[in-house]
Amino acid sequence: MLTEQELTAGATDEAIRRIVREELDQAAHHDTGAKHAAIIASKGTLDWAYPPLILATTAAASGMDTSIFFTFYGLNIVHKDFERKLKVSAIGNPAMPMPVPMPTFVTGLPGMGPLATGMMKSMFRGKHVATIAELLESAQDLGVRLVACQMTMDVFGYAQEDFLPGVEFGGAAAFLADASKAHVTLFV
Amino acid sequence: MAATQIDQELDARGLLCPMPIVKTAKAMKELPAGAVLKLLATDRGSITDVPAWTGTTGNELLEWHEEDGTLVFLIRKAAD
Repeated sequence: MLTEQELTAGATDEAIRRIVREELDQAAHHDTGAKHAAIIASKGTLDWAYPPLILATTAAASGMDTSIFFTFYGLNIVHKDFERKLKVSAIGNPAMPMPVPMPTFVTGLPGMGPLATGMMKSMFRGKHVATIAELLESAQDLGVRLVACQMTMDVFGYAQEDFLPGVEFGGAAAFLADASKAHVTLFV
Repeated sequence: MAATQIDQELDARGLLCPMPIVKTAKAMKELPAGAVLKLLATDRGSITDVPAWTGTTGNELLEWHEEDGTLVFLIRKAAD
C-alpha cells in the first residue's frame, strides 16, 4: 500500500518497485507449484539410481510434496531385489573412471560387469555416499511418494508384490496430475 | 558478539549430499519454533546447499564459519 505521503507526492519509482516486490513475494508465498516436485526415473543402473533419489529426498527435506515415477528400467530401483539388479558397466561408457587404462574390448570380457559394479559401490562407500537402500529409506521417511509404472511392469512381467512395501502403482495420468502442480519436473 | 544459545547439535561430518540436508530437515522438524540448531558438516557443497535450503524452507541461517576444516552452521527454526 502507498503511504499517505507517497500519495500526496505521487508514487515515486522506488515506491512502485517496493510495491511490486511485496506483491511478488506474497504471490510466491502462495504459489503451490513451488512446493511440489515430480520426478521420473527411467534408468535402471546403479549410477543413474542416485540422481532421482538424491533430488527427491532433498526436495522433500525442503518441504516439497515430492513423487518419483519409476518407469521402464527405472523399475529396478524400487524392485525388492534392487541390490542385485542395480549394476554398472564400463561397456559403452567411456566416462567411467577405471583404476588402470584399458582397451574398450577388455570391458566386455566376462566378469568385468560385476567388477565395475563392485568398484563403484566401494568407491561410493569409501567416500561415505549414502547407499541406495539408505536413500530409499530416507525418501519413504520424508514422505516421498514412490510410484511404479503399471504398464512397464506388465511388459516386463512384474507383479505388485515384486516391489518394496509402500510403493504405489499408476500410469502416465498419475504422473501428469502430480507434474501439473509442480514447477520442478525432471526426467532422469 | 554475544554467543547464540544452541538448542541442539547435529553432527553430519563425513556425510555427503544429500544426507546433511536430509538430516538437518529431520532434526529441525523435532525442534520448536525459534530454536537454534548447530550443524557440523564436512561436505563442501553445504556452503551453497545450507543457505539454499534455509531460503527454500524459510528457516534462518544465523551464521556459518569454518573451524579446522569443519563447517559450522547456526540455523534458527522459522515461526511456522
